[in-house]
Amino acid sequence: MSDASINASRAYEDEASFGDYFALLKPRVMSLVVFTALVGLLAAPVSVHPVVGFCAILFIAIGGGASGALNMWWDADIDKVMKRTKSRPIPAGKVEAGEALAFGLALSGLSVIMLALAANVFAGAFLAFTIFFYVVVYTMWLKRATPQNIVIGGAAGAFPPVIGWIAATGTMSVEPWLMFLLTFMWTPPHFWALALFMRSDYDDAGVPMLTVTHGRRATRIHILAYTVLLAVLAVGTAFSGIGGPIYLAVAVVLNALFLHGAWKITRRDEDDSEADNFKVERSFFKLSLLYLFLHFGAILAEALLKPYGLGGW
Amino acid sequence: MALRKEHEIHKRRSGLNKGVGILLAAFVVLIMALTMVKVTSASFKFPDAQSSGEQGEQN
Repeated sequence: MSDASINASRAYEDEASFGDYFALLKPRVMSLVVFTALVGLLAAPVSVHPVVGFCAILFIAIGGGASGALNMWWDADIDKVMKRTKSRPIPAGKVEAGEALAFGLALSGLSVIMLALAANVFAGAFLAFTIFFYVVVYTMWLKRATPQNIVIGGAAGAFPPVIGWIAATGTMSVEPWLMFLLTFMWTPPHFWALALFMRSDYDDAGVPMLTVTHGRRATRIHILAYTVLLAVLAVGTAFSGIGGPIYLAVAVVLNALFLHGAWKITRRDEDDSEADNFKVERSFFKLSLLYLFLHFGAILAEALLKPYGLGGW
Repeated sequence: MALRKEHEIHKRRSGLNKGVGILLAAFVVLIMALTMVKVTSASFKFPDAQSSGEQGEQN
């Protein structure tokens, strides 16, 4: 085999597959976007035609995926440094950064226009704002500039239920913003717990994570502070238009567990954590995944049971 | 240079091409379904421009 053919076959191995383009959309983040947007759409006090609802969720998901592709385009330099992200399509050499940019921009335009046509212009405009917020305000501007980056990034990830609600109603009210606040307040303790046991990643990339700039003791205190505020908000939401007895029961149990986890994290020092390989921090992180899923699941259950006279108060 | 009918690139990119083809077909079906839902909904009405155009023709 000649050198030229060996080089060619290597180049072909690095060629992007369908899966690589799909990976640019951050499928795991997209699943959260789909779920929370669906809850926002179904919790709204109006009925939506299934086809319109499906299209709305699909285009919100595509918009979320497009912002993920644009995020990967901009962050390609730090993604190749971090263990968690170095296998992403751009640092792995499967997709060119310029391709990811074009892909992200094209899907952003498509999703915004299609959501405006399928649902309403307000929903389309709000999706455009969300993409702008995540890509420009968070990724380009604040992610590398402030240790509060996770708090700001959390806002972008919290918009989907609001867009889902607007897609259904065409208007804004308090309830979708309660769902927004639920995700917004949940994001910092979720990510800071991750940062506690993945510290070297953020150190290597030079991202000003709270663990790096203010230290691990301060991060543990921040986790507890946000968890207390989150618990008050999450339980209080039970008494709003989207709450009910099912949600209240779920919120009380989960927030008690979450507060207990945050308290344990605060009481530990670095020697304790190193000794058991961050067992408490890891279990808190896993609980945080269940926490958000079950809160939104409970809101969905209340909404689905309402027509049968069972959901809500 | 034109590609042969069974060029190696067709095999290599078969997965990507099929994926894109299926997505485009699904998009067409989706747009058609959405259009059907929109034009058959009770709130649907033709734009005013069409009725004024018809009046213009009559005049």
